[in-house]
Amino acid sequence: MASKRSKHLLPGFGLTLGVSMLYITIIIVLPLLAMLLKVGGMGWEEFWRIVASNRSLAAYRITFSSAFIATLFNGAIGLLLAWVLTRYSFPGKRILDALVDLPFALPTAVAGLVLVTLFAPTGWYGQFIEPNGFKVNYTQAGIIIAMTFTSIPFVVRTVQPVLEEIQVDLEEAAKTLGATPWQVFSRIIWPTILPAFMAGCVLSFARSLGEFGAVVFIAGNLPGKTEIVSLLIFIRIDEYNYEGAAALAFVLLVAAFSLLLLTNALQSWQVRYADRSR
Amino acid sequence: MTTTTATRSPAEITLITLAFVFAAALLVVPLAVIFAFALREGLGVYLANIAEPSTVHAIGLTILTALIVVPINIVVGICVAWLVTRFRFPGRQVLITFIELPAAVSPIVAGTVYLFLYGGQGLLGPVLQGAGIQLMFTVTAIILVSLFVTAPFVARELIPLMQQQGTEDEEAALSLGANGWQMFWFVTLPNIRWAMLYGAILANARVMGEFGAVSVVSGSIRGQTNTLPLQISQLFNDFNVTGSFAAASTLALMAVLTLILKSSLEAKGGWR
Repeated sequence: MASKRSKHLLPGFGLTLGVSMLYITIIIVLPLLAMLLKVGGMGWEEFWRIVASNRSLAAYRITFSSAFIATLFNGAIGLLLAWVLTRYSFPGKRILDALVDLPFALPTAVAGLVLVTLFAPTGWYGQFIEPNGFKVNYTQAGIIIAMTFTSIPFVVRTVQPVLEEIQVDLEEAAKTLGATPWQVFSRIIWPTILPAFMAGCVLSFARSLGEFGAVVFIAGNLPGKTEIVSLLIFIRIDEYNYEGAAALAFVLLVAAFSLLLLTNALQSWQVRYADRSR
Repeated sequence: MTTTTATRSPAEITLITLAFVFAAALLVVPLAVIFAFALREGLGVYLANIAEPSTVHAIGLTILTALIVVPINIVVGICVAWLVTRFRFPGRQVLITFIELPAAVSPIVAGTVYLFLYGGQGLLGPVLQGAGIQLMFTVTAIILVSLFVTAPFVARELIPLMQQQGTEDEEAALSLGANGWQMFWFVTLPNIRWAMLYGAILANARVMGEFGAVSVVSGSIRGQTNTLPLQISQLFNDFNVTGSFAAASTLALMAVLTLILKSSLEAKGGWR
């Protein structure tokens, strides 16, 4: 009954509801509605012609495959960084911990500028890579690297708190019973961090799908080869082809919304898991 | 330190080394290259590049946008967090999802939806134009789209914290005779200030660095609606690489400052 009483006791319901609703309506819902109306008004055939055109299909293929590979990299790097940051103490740990968030703090246009410069044929990285016949700039590899950079923090930041909270006594017990380090990891640690790891991967994938700033600098933007969906939308706007832009933006919006719901589901799974193991 | 070093297993040493190698290649070198390229023609050229009128204007516009957007984000973030952690009402979960949505969509989609609202063929664009109001390709459009992309930043730091803190402090203040504003200023705000600042710092970094959404709605008019990220892109496309890196160095400094503030806030307390 305590919650029932506090509902009437605490002030500010009307004020905060008003401000929140005003903001959500004007800043978020109205613009989304405007685009949905545009898509709704164009008819199913027209919509399908745009979203299933060869150029659009190529853009989905490039965007989704690049985002998927970037997420695999981020899963591995993220797990490594989260593990090292929670399990070991070493000099420079706090700096490493702070640096992990650089991709969130550094504007994506700056990231793109940096990456295209590093991987140029004479660049700091490019001069070692290009002679071996591997080209990054203006290829899909460049897109993957840009997407990887911009979503490095997600897996680290979702797995880190779970690793910190993991019960040491379980691990100690397993060790005394003769478990190998690998058994401890695969039977105790991995199942515990799995929901958080998955949530981090989904966030990383969603971010990569939508990434624009870092990618446009390094991708070269060749239709059918290095043209991502965001860029195709941008080109359609530039051509005043608003139907084309609206239909493709709708596809990305639906993808983002589905991934958001998936993340929320994974996070509540994790909360349930944590409660149960307590 | 020496005692712990002695007990490190080979696996531990390998993993720590790997972490540092990845961090150096993916994070430290990219940061270093910005300043190396910005300064490669000397300090004089660097300062001249920064003092370029269109770059100075872009810096000013970027700061102005942040000064307007971040305070609004703080106020709305507090309102949303207060609403969803202190009251139960129908549609609460929908409201949370709507606040989170902008962070999940592509910045290009964010810009596009604004085009369909305020553009010449948009939902409200023609009506507003009839009334003599042009929003698209103006600073107002940049501010609106920045408010969109940063919508969840402060709220998502405050919601878990206020959930966890509960309502006892506030109820105590009220029962001792405080009015609503006194409760907020003397009880709620001191409890949430660090988390609020943390969210604001992240929102600021996003506003100053936003590229995709702003590039759709700003029209990129040099000296008028060019924010810093757009200016960097234009200088790069003009083959003025050093100028581009000089402009980028200002945002890189902002990013480093963000990381330092963020890390010292995290060290401040167990609110996270």
